[in-house]
Amino acid sequence: MAHATQDTAIRTGRAVRMLIYLVLILFALFYMLPLYVMLVNSVKPLEEITGGGMMNLPQLWTLEPWAKAWSSAQIGVEPTGLSPYFWNSIKMVVPAVAISTILGALNGYVLTKWRFRGDTILFGLMLFACFIPFQIVLIPMARMLGLMGLAGTTWGLVLVHVVYGIGFTTLYFRNYYAVFPTELVRAAQIDGAGFFQIFWRILLPSSGPIAVVSIIWQFTNIWNDFLFGASFAGADSQPMTVALNNLVQASHGVKEYNVHFAGAILAALPTLLVYIVAGRYFVRGLMAGSVKG
Amino acid sequence: MAQAANADFKTRLQTWLPKLVLSPSLAMVLIFVYGFIAFSVYLSFTDSRLLPSFGWIGWENYSKLWRLSHWETSITNMGIFALLYIGICTVLGLSLAIFLDQKIRAEGFIRTVYLYPMALSFIVTGTAWKWFLDPGIGLENVMQSWGWTSFEFDWIKNRDFAIYTVVLAAVWQTSGFVMAMFLAGLRGIDNEILKAAQMDGASNWNLYRRIIIPQLRPAFLSAFVILSHLAIKTFDLVIALTGGGPGRATELPATFMYSYTFSRNQMGIGAASATIMLMTIAAIMIPYLYAELREKK
Amino acid sequence: MRSFLKTKTAIALALTVSAGAAHADGHGGVEVLHWWTSGGEAAALNVLKEDLEGQGVGWTDMPVAGGGGEQAMTVLRARVTAGNAPTAVQGLGFDILDWANQGALANLNDVAAAEGWDDVIPAALQQFAKVDGKWVSAPVNVHSTNWVWANKAVLDANGIAVPTTWEEFTAALDTLKAAGVTPVAHGGQAWQDATVFDAVAMSVLGPDGYQAAFIDLDESVLGGDGMKEAFDRMAVIRENVDENFSGRDWNLATAMVINGEAGFQMMGDWAKGEFLNAGKVPGQDFLCFRFPGTSDQVTFNADQFMMFDQGGAVSPEQAKLATAILSPSFQSAFNVVKGSVPARTDVSNEAFDDCGKKGMADLAAAASSGNLFGSMAHGHANPASVKNAIYDVVTAHFNGEYDSETAIVELVDAVSIAK
Repeated sequence: MAHATQDTAIRTGRAVRMLIYLVLILFALFYMLPLYVMLVNSVKPLEEITGGGMMNLPQLWTLEPWAKAWSSAQIGVEPTGLSPYFWNSIKMVVPAVAISTILGALNGYVLTKWRFRGDTILFGLMLFACFIPFQIVLIPMARMLGLMGLAGTTWGLVLVHVVYGIGFTTLYFRNYYAVFPTELVRAAQIDGAGFFQIFWRILLPSSGPIAVVSIIWQFTNIWNDFLFGASFAGADSQPMTVALNNLVQASHGVKEYNVHFAGAILAALPTLLVYIVAGRYFVRGLMAGSVKG
Repeated sequence: MAQAANADFKTRLQTWLPKLVLSPSLAMVLIFVYGFIAFSVYLSFTDSRLLPSFGWIGWENYSKLWRLSHWETSITNMGIFALLYIGICTVLGLSLAIFLDQKIRAEGFIRTVYLYPMALSFIVTGTAWKWFLDPGIGLENVMQSWGWTSFEFDWIKNRDFAIYTVVLAAVWQTSGFVMAMFLAGLRGIDNEILKAAQMDGASNWNLYRRIIIPQLRPAFLSAFVILSHLAIKTFDLVIALTGGGPGRATELPATFMYSYTFSRNQMGIGAASATIMLMTIAAIMIPYLYAELREKK
Repeated sequence: MRSFLKTKTAIALALTVSAGAAHADGHGGVEVLHWWTSGGEAAALNVLKEDLEGQGVGWTDMPVAGGGGEQAMTVLRARVTAGNAPTAVQGLGFDILDWANQGALANLNDVAAAEGWDDVIPAALQQFAKVDGKWVSAPVNVHSTNWVWANKAVLDANGIAVPTTWEEFTAALDTLKAAGVTPVAHGGQAWQDATVFDAVAMSVLGPDGYQAAFIDLDESVLGGDGMKEAFDRMAVIRENVDENFSGRDWNLATAMVINGEAGFQMMGDWAKGEFLNAGKVPGQDFLCFRFPGTSDQVTFNADQFMMFDQGGAVSPEQAKLATAILSPSFQSAFNVVKGSVPARTDVSNEAFDDCGKKGMADLAAAASSGNLFGSMAHGHANPASVKNAIYDVVTAHFNGEYDSETAIVELVDAVSIAK
């Protein structure tokens, strides 16, 4: 498929190709710029930063800001750095991504292969739910978590992220499974395979690309969430973004920009890693699923 | 007989199982989305301030809301922002996707570079953008120090232009993602039609305009859903970049809502603004979703 | 107001308090929600933590920074709604009163009586710590907000003496401008605009007018000639800031004064920490004085710790925390670091520098002469809704959206909507 698809390329002359490369490179620079600013300033001593020259390379290279952001920066009363919060985030993100992806896959499966009256309306309801502004759910959600005894726990956060993620994961899987040949499902049914058997043996093995899309999407959104993390976490489950915010937003005192930038990159590393490692499959997954009717 | 009953149970289970599997998700959505929306609409008719309270005051919050010039600013900004953001992201995403689809060397690398901003939250990149846009230390300063002394770029400090810097940063964040969606769409096009058209001697321009782009319709629609939901939820970006300033020049409905509900202890007005926002979203999205979902049957 | 808390908690708390209480008290200590996460502040708070741990009281830290406490207040609302309120929460001014009126705070009268708080804490401050005769929170400090910070070398080089009237001040600004120095370092954020406006309004309206306008919300004063004059003076200050002021953080503005790029900054006493961190000495390198025309007045805001009701009585841990907060040794140690002055007037000023000593003397004098007022800009004159409504107008005017005539009309209107 990868080869055949290259044929949407047009026949062009040398000059046009040069121009295309130029545009692509210029935009690459544009996209890299903020990361460059962050990186270059995270390896400078603070005096060099306050002295000006945002784009300049450091005169004195130092990794101290990174060490400080990770293990000794002031987050709360104790100078713990970001490291304990990193694990809090992992403990929340992994189950939340897994559960919302599995639910999305099952929903997509039901909505395309086991259709029933009103299923489109139900899907519409789930899809519209993606548009709810998070600010309005804070108070009622807090009440619900309290009633369920999940206030201030990692599982409470997992629940919240699953709830507001299934709209997207269902959308991805539904569109993906919609083009999956229904005949295969019917044939398996005639052979006596049950609901879960069909899902497990027939759909799941070919769901790789769309699962990557769903995981990337959910991982990014949940990892980067601040509002829910700040509002619903307890003292021992605050995620990385809340800690980063405490580091960056400290109201009084000297702003250690180099430490802030180092911390910011540290906080972003897992998502960056996911994009770099899985980026290849990402376009493939999108191709196979969400952008097709 | 026992066997028959068992088999009967099994078939019955098989018919109920799909609905059973769907029901937890559905229940969650009904309670945590639609229940909360109903609650929020109800609050907009009450005298809630610090916490929800249930004294009914009718339309008072709405009439107060429309007297606030601050709210009008947010609405206007939303219009400008959504239009430019969705428009630019779509055009840029499509153009870059087409360029990247020309058998480009190092495509994988370039694609990752275009995509990575989506991985970062604005708590992370807000400061970098703020610096970059600041005339004192950012682009303007750098250009001037490189000898282009008449270079001026002070939009972020200018009441009339600050909203465009918000657009710029938002486009930076998501246009790569939109590019990926279009690229996927392009790769999915059946190339037999293209070969035929090329043999008919269609020009490149016509090839794209008449044949390729119309086939990208699903990608356009997905991009629209993703972009419009991001536009409506834009919040961190404004807080990190301008804090709603200069003055109140870059307030959006989401920041307005948050500020009235939480900073100003006027939960009733906050809920009223949320209700109006939700109704606007519904007015745009429901016809769209209806058309989309019906067509697929 | 029939409140969510009062009506619903009876049922809901019965279900949830067990979970919440187990969470908060399970550590046999206090859970503290605060926004002091910068190095100096956190170190100062750590003194309190260690003090409590020495008494066998565990400390569960719940820091949430951002927006001068706004973010923490959002979190607090979620926590209280969930029936899982922290034991102690940093709070400011009207926020404390709001929570007390919701019936969410514990009664600290026994601790207060044992420690004699009534006698040593200024009455103006007690207004924000005592509701209906009950102590509900423990004050940590008093910040005063009508300070001007100046670079002494810049002033000396231009032959400027410390201005004591508005006329002298504008003359000084003109001199600096002519000399090519930015006269006023300022960050264009709503709360910073309002901090300047606070001092300017006090100097124009005087203490009685300030009281009438910002505390009593008297429309004739809010829309009066005095207020228009205050806005005119804001316009003068606007003429004397650099072009790049918008959105700047306050500490970067302070850095401009430290580096000699600018002459003056109007900012609360927390700015002092920036000078000290840069190795500057009060009186030699930098000057602190009251905004011209407000030398007898002090506008203040005070950080306190609200004690949330954990099911009836004050817990022994809360009592120990409250006692520790108001112990003279902590008051001195913390406030030396923070730049503010102790919340009780009987603490020795020995450990404080010149600006700190002056601040303590000013506070004592203002408190006894009835010149101590809660700061409008910092939520100690009126509720959050009104405060922000005033911010809107002040910041719109400062950014050139309104002229002074329009500003006073809008001010009256905005306050009436927010009330």
